[in-house]
Amino acid sequence: MDLFFAQLINGISLGSIYALIALGYTMVYGIIQLINFAHGEILMVGAFVGFFAIAKYDMNFFAAMLLAMLASALLGVIIERVAYKPLRNSGRLAALITAIGVSLFLQNGGLFVFGTNFQSFPQAFPKKTFQFLDGMITITSYQILILVVTILMMLFLNYIVSYTKTGKAMRAVSYDKDAALMMGINVDTIISATFAIGSAFAAVAGVLLGLYYQTVHPLMGFMPGLKAFVAAVLGGIGIIPGAMAGGFLLGIVEALVSGYWSTNYRDVVVFLILIVFLIVKPSGLFGKDTGEKV
Amino acid sequence: MKAMRLRNNLIIAVCLAVLYFGIAYAMKQRMLSSFHQVNLYLMGINIIMAVSLNLIVGFTGQLALGHAGFMAIGAYVSAVMTLKLGQPFLLAVLVGSLATGVVGVLIGLPPLRLRGDYLAIATLGFGEIIRGLLININYVGGAAGMNGIPKLTTWTWLFIFTVATVLLIKNFINSSHGRACIAIRENEIAADAMGINTTFYKVLAFSIGAFFAGLAGALYAHYFFLIQPQTFTILKSFDALVMVVFGGLGSLTGSIIAAVAITVVNAALQSLGALRMVIYALLLVVVMVFRPQGLMGTKEFTLRTLLRQKGGSGLHDYRKQVD
Repeated sequence: MDLFFAQLINGISLGSIYALIALGYTMVYGIIQLINFAHGEILMVGAFVGFFAIAKYDMNFFAAMLLAMLASALLGVIIERVAYKPLRNSGRLAALITAIGVSLFLQNGGLFVFGTNFQSFPQAFPKKTFQFLDGMITITSYQILILVVTILMMLFLNYIVSYTKTGKAMRAVSYDKDAALMMGINVDTIISATFAIGSAFAAVAGVLLGLYYQTVHPLMGFMPGLKAFVAAVLGGIGIIPGAMAGGFLLGIVEALVSGYWSTNYRDVVVFLILIVFLIVKPSGLFGKDTGEKV
Repeated sequence: MKAMRLRNNLIIAVCLAVLYFGIAYAMKQRMLSSFHQVNLYLMGINIIMAVSLNLIVGFTGQLALGHAGFMAIGAYVSAVMTLKLGQPFLLAVLVGSLATGVVGVLIGLPPLRLRGDYLAIATLGFGEIIRGLLININYVGGAAGMNGIPKLTTWTWLFIFTVATVLLIKNFINSSHGRACIAIRENEIAADAMGINTTFYKVLAFSIGAFFAGLAGALYAHYFFLIQPQTFTILKSFDALVMVVFGGLGSLTGSIIAAVAITVVNAALQSLGALRMVIYALLLVVVMVFRPQGLMGTKEFTLRTLLRQKGGSGLHDYRKQVD
């Protein structure tokens, strides 16, 4: 049982981070139907901004996170404006390739600027260990922090999407872009806002990932990005609660497979689940099946 | 018309013969450095990869992101054949390609019911699963991979296999089966209504593409004599897709030109070290932003366009991009 609880808690921490990344993926997909492969790299840049803010400028952990969010949001908007916007009407494959290009650019740019070494992320947050039920359940302060930050961010997102004007406009654009345009919604601004919010979430995930693994690296975003995308698909792509559920599900499965079987099979199991899901219920956990019309 | 086609075919055959013997002569005289040779072989392998992926993505309109997985199967199966079982090269290549084709059918059947982005993700997942399994199989060396594969891919074999791949896929596309694939790309529902068995043709195109990707993998394994699961990551699939889109979806000659161009650009930027991939990625984004339909669009580069004869490339003019 000890192992089960330990892995469950690990899984929830990892799953929170996946959920945060998946939210950005799913929002972008929902609004422009683009698999934004560069999302993992936005996370990486956010993690590095946080890293430098704490390690070089002795900033408070939360201030550093805020700075990382701003930097990533800016980066996300720039990427959208420079690389994706000109391609909005020229086929999805071209946009997909551009996203891959941006991803490669940021990865290798990161390797060029920051070097290929792993840099150790400072322990900016006091690390304590709490034990419950005679040591059966052990939780570190990092894991609590990750969960609390994730829940707060999700509540914040829920507020934005449900109650603000921007959120309403975002929903309208993802529902029907042309109709939204006719209702006087500035579609370009809303798409940029979506990228900004999604990227800011990626930055939070990046900083938390850095804190959790205690390292940052230019290629750190790629695999979590891919996994988070799987999470978004599991939950039903384009659906915000789906991304959260998918993220937690994936994190827990991954942790349990590593704990009970082998870390080597972790990725295989994750992608197998993805394929089973795609075949049985391609619209995801929360998605509705919509038949294709002529 | 028939005489003209014969003449054109003759011209192409002569050009190919000149290319083959020219490079064979240059190799014999040791005029090519090993750096040039490596890139020459990569060129051939990349052409096979790009052309076979174009059949799936460009002609049949099924976005697949798992081509590296197929390449890995071809490479590993053929390497096991020569290295572990001591079989001749040709048999190993054939078995490797066939095994990949069969895997293509098996893993193609379920997800080809999916459309668009979902298919892309499913194939991406398959590529990662194949790589993940290879890491866990000790018989083929696990994460360290297989070393010491005999270097049996010669210039002659590379040339023959590359030309054969292009010819076979070109003829497939111009056959009634190929037309069925193009119909599926243009409008799957309409194709279905016209009596085309869409699932059959999608799986057919998928497995033919897989077969040739396996061939590319087999040639790769027997030239570089070291294969690792690490070689066949998703980046390799991206590479092939980049060539296809860069050259133009649904243009075989475009794929060939793009494969050659990208190999040359990669080689030319080699001396820049870490900056190489940055520039490569930047080039990719710039080309996509300014020419999203790729270099050739859906047109083919033919002798006719070269000699400015009338008639164009017929069917190709009506094609639009896959969406």
